[in-house]
Amino acid sequence: METMLRASEVSKRFVLHNQGGVELPVLKQASFSVNQGECLVLNGRSGSGKSTLLRALYGNYLVDSGRIEVKTQGYWLDIASATPRAILQLRRNTIGWVSQFLRVIPRVSALDVVMQPLLDVGGDAKHAKHKAQQLLERLNVPSHLWALAPATFSGGEQQRVNIARGFILDYPVLLLDEPTASLDSTNASAVVELIDQAKQRGAAVVGIFHDSQVREQVADRLYDLSTQDTTVQG
Amino acid sequence: MTAINSVISRPSAAQMKVQAEIHGQADRPLLVVDALSKLYAPGKGFSEVSFALYSGEVLGIVGESGSGKSTLLQALSGRLKPDAGSVLYRGYAQGDQGDQMNDLYGMPESERRRLLRTEWGVVHQHPMDGLRPRVSAGGNIGERLMAKGLSHYGNIREQALRWLSDVEIDQGRVDDLPTTFSGGMQQRLQIARNLVTHPQLIFMDEPTGGLDVSVQARLLDLLRRLVNELNLSVIIVTHDLAVARLLADRLMVMKQSRVVESGLTDQVLDDPQHPYTQLLVSSVLQN
Ligand SMILES: Nc1ncnc2c1ncn2[C@@H]1O[C@H](COP(=O)(O)OP(=O)(O)OP(=O)(O)O)[C@@H](O)[C@H]1O
Ligand SMILES: Nc1ncnc2c1ncn2[C@@H]1O[C@H](COP(=O)(O)OP(=O)(O)OP(=O)(O)O)[C@@H](O)[C@H]1O
Ligand SMILES: [Mg+2]
Ligand SMILES: [Mg+2]
Repeated sequence: METMLRASEVSKRFVLHNQGGVELPVLKQASFSVNQGECLVLNGRSGSGKSTLLRALYGNYLVDSGRIEVKTQGYWLDIASATPRAILQLRRNTIGWVSQFLRVIPRVSALDVVMQPLLDVGGDAKHAKHKAQQLLERLNVPSHLWALAPATFSGGEQQRVNIARGFILDYPVLLLDEPTASLDSTNASAVVELIDQAKQRGAAVVGIFHDSQVREQVADRLYDLSTQDTTVQG
Repeated sequence: MTAINSVISRPSAAQMKVQAEIHGQADRPLLVVDALSKLYAPGKGFSEVSFALYSGEVLGIVGESGSGKSTLLQALSGRLKPDAGSVLYRGYAQGDQGDQMNDLYGMPESERRRLLRTEWGVVHQHPMDGLRPRVSAGGNIGERLMAKGLSHYGNIREQALRWLSDVEIDQGRVDDLPTTFSGGMQQRLQIARNLVTHPQLIFMDEPTGGLDVSVQARLLDLLRRLVNELNLSVIIVTHDLAVARLLADRLMVMKQSRVVESGLTDQVLDDPQHPYTQLLVSSVLQN
């Protein structure tokens, strides 16, 4: 299977300028690649840099050195040096993102939140609506909530709206930061099923899963961040 | 999502965006700003600002009070001659055949004024700065259409009515003076007045500034939808990081007349690099 994503010697430290310039070295020469149809799980203790690495793959965090290359429409693009415009484009057509928390937009209904990525790439509104409804149903979001803005939803409901949004498009690359964190086992297995389907159609998946059962179900390989030498300060 | 459906009897913005990408137009900037400076005194104003803005892009400008945000916006929008540097704009200058890059401060003043009345729009923080107090709501909207050469009264009134409902103002208020409107309604009217001519580029200075929180949310939602559906390019000055996050694709952070950091909005807010940006982000309770 073809490689979709490769990180080469990615390093990052945070500099907290307003707290005495403290430096937190978090990523040290992280290197891996992910193929189509494969799920790489980032592993390591709390604070080891899993989310930092995942955010760097999405262009949400900068890195100090190294390359993060994604295959998009036949080309390799280095996210670590790409322009904001290129990254936005990449997020529209190549990389999907699901985190634990939904960023609610005032007055926008759950259904519209889910449909938006499909509309953004010029998708037909009817098709988008149908697909959004199917996903919300699969994730057991009660239909009487669909027309409401998710601001008042429970944490788990918001999370499932977020997951539906992340799966509305068949992104070639999917980044998942604890998508099952506050879900019961029924909903967690619905998510596992979605991930499996994505892998089957050839998506390259990078995820973080605290729940070891979920992890075992979806992971093809683990990438361990705890083995990095992050204990040496400054 | 019904309010502004009437605006779009054309392909959706997303479809237009895809089209533009296919035809390579998206790769040509709408505005190119190079080493632009205007200083009233050392540190008062802005200096050495450079960026390119593309069609459909929203650029947010945030930063310290007095750092030069409003001054910069005035210069970008052709209302304040800079000391140095240039602003190039892609558009149809009068008499031109095709579109080309025009030097904003190289063109005659009359041409800059025409731009501001037609292809561009300016949304002021205080809505009455951008509205005519003694002209009805409908007249305020119609004025820009007339500036663009439309003269048929029935047409103008019809568009004014449609825009009133697009910005969620009761059509029955069309003959009322804006001075009888609430602040939030005035701000929406100002937006309708600007958008009626389908401008390419809108400049906004703290458009939600004087409004209370619930009115702000409604206005923001409206702006977000209009930007998406009309494929507008926007440069927006705001001190509110939540507004910036919601509306802007990219951010520039200003401090003491300089741009100290710029990048993708979520990246600048979630992983700020400059000490001032870190301070700004950490001062907000949660965003
Ligand atoms: N934006 C930021 N600014 C400063 N420090 C940060 C930032 N984001 C993360 N860090 C720091 O980087 C380190 C790694 O954090 P990260 O969130 O990547 O850990 P994690 O492995 O995902 O942990 P968990 O399992 O608890 O979610 C932590 O020390 C954290 O405080
Ligand atoms: N016409 C003027 N003459 C002299 N000084 C001016 C003039 N306009 C602005 N200034 C000064 O230039 C600096 C930048 O002002 P500007 O209004 O651009 O700040 P700003 O970033 O918009 O601030 P705020 O967030 O408070 O609106 C300020 O010190 C201001 O006093
Ligand atoms: Mg984490
Ligand atoms: Mg100002």
